[in-house]
Amino acid sequence: MSGHDHEHDHEHSDLSETQLRVRALESVLIEKGYVDPAALDLLVETYEKKVGPRNGARVVAKAWADPDYKARLLKDATPAIAEVGYAGRQGEHIMALENTQKLHNMVVCTLCSCYPWPVLGLPPVWYKSAPYRSRAVSDPRGVLKDFGVELPKDTDIRIWDSTAEIRYLVLPMRPKGTEGWSEEQLAELVTRDSMIGTGLPKQP
Amino acid sequence: MNGGQDLGGTHGHGAVKPEPNEPVFHGDWEKRAFALTLAMGMPGGWNIDMSRFARENRRPNEYLDMTYYQVWLAGLETLMKERGLVAEDEIEAGRPLHPPKPVARVLKPEDVAKTLHRGGPTERDTNTKPAFEAGQRVRARNINPVTHTRLPRYVRGHVGTIERVLGCHVFPDSNALGKGEDPKWLYTVRFDGRELWGDQADPTTQVSVDAWEPYLEQA
Repeated sequence: MSGHDHEHDHEHSDLSETQLRVRALESVLIEKGYVDPAALDLLVETYEKKVGPRNGARVVAKAWADPDYKARLLKDATPAIAEVGYAGRQGEHIMALENTQKLHNMVVCTLCSCYPWPVLGLPPVWYKSAPYRSRAVSDPRGVLKDFGVELPKDTDIRIWDSTAEIRYLVLPMRPKGTEGWSEEQLAELVTRDSMIGTGLPKQP
Repeated sequence: MNGGQDLGGTHGHGAVKPEPNEPVFHGDWEKRAFALTLAMGMPGGWNIDMSRFARENRRPNEYLDMTYYQVWLAGLETLMKERGLVAEDEIEAGRPLHPPKPVARVLKPEDVAKTLHRGGPTERDTNTKPAFEAGQRVRARNINPVTHTRLPRYVRGHVGTIERVLGCHVFPDSNALGKGEDPKWLYTVRFDGRELWGDQADPTTQVSVDAWEPYLEQA
């Protein structure tokens, strides 16, 4: 454990240096007139408060509840997602991937951190980390185990490496025992990780 | 480039550590680094491929030791310094020491929502026909450019199947160098786990990448 403690100390001192540097940089850029501080605040607020995995959960719940919508989503996800009101940066071209009893989809970006922002918000730290980016493509079952997920041995696993500007949204399987549920109720079962493929939806 | 960013299939990074109830940002500096990166795209005038190259083009140990927003920040500094928008002595001083460069546009608060909504679609119209079709077997070329590319090392030289033709998209290898968008056909190419990783691979695993036509040859 001492090795870990040391790592943390190291990280913390680097971080305080980074904090000071960001502050200095922001001052310079504002004073030079390149950035407007109100726009910066709005960017932060957008991704902290408005754009997040609740958006994707609404899309998934709608697909679970409405077979026509599901068909549209699987055929061409970008306009189907725009119907619900989500579009734009890092979601210009979205594809939805349907999980079934036989097939489990999981999404990674081995080269950087590509992630469907309009539906999932900004990626979590682990998604951008070396452990996930290195092993998702070569040892997906091992990675799933890190998330406490074990799939049947005969389930096919398909990894989608987001190497271009296509962004992927996993459509998880609708949990059993949710017949007649409203979209709002269904959305509560949809976790962020279930839309990346590293988790499963909550059970009712 | 075969840099620290090209992580697929590399070993020794340990377990994935999900963080329960993870906040969107860890601390105020991440918020500011994120917002500065997005906002500077407009006056800076660089494209996403230039940004990616600026982030990855560093010593692999440095890349791997940084947190992700530290990588973003380092990339942003590189892009700005290359264009003379900001200098190291100014960051150290925390105030401007040189006159600002004229910039075309600055992101205003009233433009934030529509700029984000517009995003940056990469599909382009073309008169050309795709060279490959769904179901065709292709080999990922063994290319090793020192500049930006989006063909990960772990598929190079391996044979896969065209699964889907994704349209004609801006070609990062050209766009990152400022040599124009040079749109190329883009494909989802699916590989068997055993083709990529040998007999140790789980036979139920398949991996796909999205690959531009110049990355592929007929198998």
